[in-house]
Amino acid sequence: MDPIIRIEGLHKEYETDAGPVPVLKGIDLTIDPGEFVAIMGPSGSGKSTFMNILGCLDVPTRGKYILNGRDVGTLNSDQLAHLRNEVIGFVFQGFNLLPRANLEDNVSLPLVYGDVQKSERIARANDMLEKVGLAKYAKSLPNQISGGQQQRVAIARALVNRPKLILADEPTGNLDTRTSGEIMSLFRQLNESDGITVVLVTHEPDIATYAKRLVKFLDGSLIYDGEVSEART
Amino acid sequence: MTVQMLIEAWRAMGANRLRTFLTMLGMVIGVGAVVLMLAIGQGAQYSVSQSISSMGSNLFIILSGSSTSGGLRMGLGATPTLTVADAQALSELPEMSAVAPVVPGVAQVVYGSNNWSTQVFGTTPAYLTVRNWTIAQGYPFADSDVRSATRVAMIGQTVAQNLFGNEDPVNKTIRIKQSPYLVVGLLSAKGQSLDGRDQDDTILIPVTTAQRKLFGTQFQGTVRFIMAQAVSAQMMPAAEREMNALLRQRHHVREGADSDFTVRNLTALVNTAAQATRVMSILLGAIASISLLVGGIGIMNIMLVSVTERTREIGIRVAIGARQRDILMQFLMEAIIISIVGCTAGVVLGVGGAAAANHFADITVVITGGSILQAFMVAACVGIFFGFYPARKAARLKPIEALRYQ
Repeated sequence: MDPIIRIEGLHKEYETDAGPVPVLKGIDLTIDPGEFVAIMGPSGSGKSTFMNILGCLDVPTRGKYILNGRDVGTLNSDQLAHLRNEVIGFVFQGFNLLPRANLEDNVSLPLVYGDVQKSERIARANDMLEKVGLAKYAKSLPNQISGGQQQRVAIARALVNRPKLILADEPTGNLDTRTSGEIMSLFRQLNESDGITVVLVTHEPDIATYAKRLVKFLDGSLIYDGEVSEART
Repeated sequence: MTVQMLIEAWRAMGANRLRTFLTMLGMVIGVGAVVLMLAIGQGAQYSVSQSISSMGSNLFIILSGSSTSGGLRMGLGATPTLTVADAQALSELPEMSAVAPVVPGVAQVVYGSNNWSTQVFGTTPAYLTVRNWTIAQGYPFADSDVRSATRVAMIGQTVAQNLFGNEDPVNKTIRIKQSPYLVVGLLSAKGQSLDGRDQDDTILIPVTTAQRKLFGTQFQGTVRFIMAQAVSAQMMPAAEREMNALLRQRHHVREGADSDFTVRNLTALVNTAAQATRVMSILLGAIASISLLVGGIGIMNIMLVSVTERTREIGIRVAIGARQRDILMQFLMEAIIISIVGCTAGVVLGVGGAAAANHFADITVVITGGSILQAFMVAACVGIFFGFYPARKAARLKPIEALRYQ
């Protein structure tokens, strides 16, 4: 089976007045379909930059990134948008729902950009809300539900286009322990029963234990790649 | 997709109603001003052109000269030097299409128990051609009436109204200064002249009848003035030259001496008035356009604020698959909606204002579908033009920076 993510010799530098600052220094990583990967590392280790590159929101300075069989470096901005829409589902730390749109509209938003008919958009959005247990709030606004519920809506939005890959950047960073557990269980369920590849960034070791594979960053380099359980010992 | 965008644009505008309203207000006032000023400008042009065509085109008036008696200089027309024969001679010039001598006067007119004071012009049938006037009912008097000085009359609409009311005036006999005159024709309505006189308050009778029977003249056959029409506007300068030459010859004016008459080009005077009106209406339009421009800048300003405020939203949209053109269209759509809605309200305001100006200030206004369509087009263009820069700014935001924006 072809890997969903293949990264070779990935470098990222930011231009500053004092010259280029390297953030990622030659990363090699391959992730197969169906994996559940947690990325950890201290602040400034480059894990967020890495995540942005994985999500096609940022481009590497050097190196190769092949997502779902396509070389991201060769795509234009419209093709990248299409890739983000079709292949990737994003879940952010701050939920990032549109405050003025109700949950149904929020969840169906990726379908709007995927040119799906309105009736189908609504049906699929409601299916996804059902899946995360929030079907009865379909017409509510994001500020009328709790943080954990908002994150579930964000996950429903990430899932609505049936992506192969979910990228979650600190998805439990704004949530309490119990809610965090619920969200992580949801991710694990999606990974195990639906076979969706999940890559999540976290700095909490407890959260990382929900994953099967752990990748650790330090100063822009990959310092660990292996089983979660082994890393703890 | 488009419907969804409209809904979202509407929602975004609804999120800050006061701001949206104020932005729109700029457009409303701008478009309203343009529509109103166009209506007033076109109205002014319309009334001037009405007056011009009611006066007759390519028109000259020939006045007899001034006289000096005992050091007292009299005005033009004081010395009766022009005659019916002069008019006849002028009409034979190839440059002239019609020439009519006029003996004007004021007389009391009576029909039944009604009486009315009006101006009476003794003239020839050519007068109708010169003044571009037609007969509404009956017939004009003939050249034979002029030759035999019959007591016949053509009366204007205002005179008919005052003497006859709803009665048909044709073939009735009226009395002008006690003498009976047969009404042979009713003149069509002509309205106000440029200086505001009612041109329909007139009776036309044969020039000979006026000279011999009604008013009398100082010298046999003289007239107060002659009205003449050139064949075309191009012929006006030649016609003026020829008429001067012919009349000087007929009046035996020596080389180098002053003429005892004056030829005036009426059309040139009127064209100056038309020109002034045109300049005025362009000026009004230009000033109104400035307010439209200011309205457009208002849209741009608010759109820029809106893009900054919604940077994070733009980031989210990009992250879940919006293309640059989706973002561009979304913001452009908002700008266009604001301008179109603002424009609609502005048209209503402008048309209402024009109607009010017409009703309360008695200003002639002309509102054409064309000018409203023009206002709409301009408003849509203003929306696109001033909305484009902010929209492009939004579309070009880098997704990670947009997502990081607090």
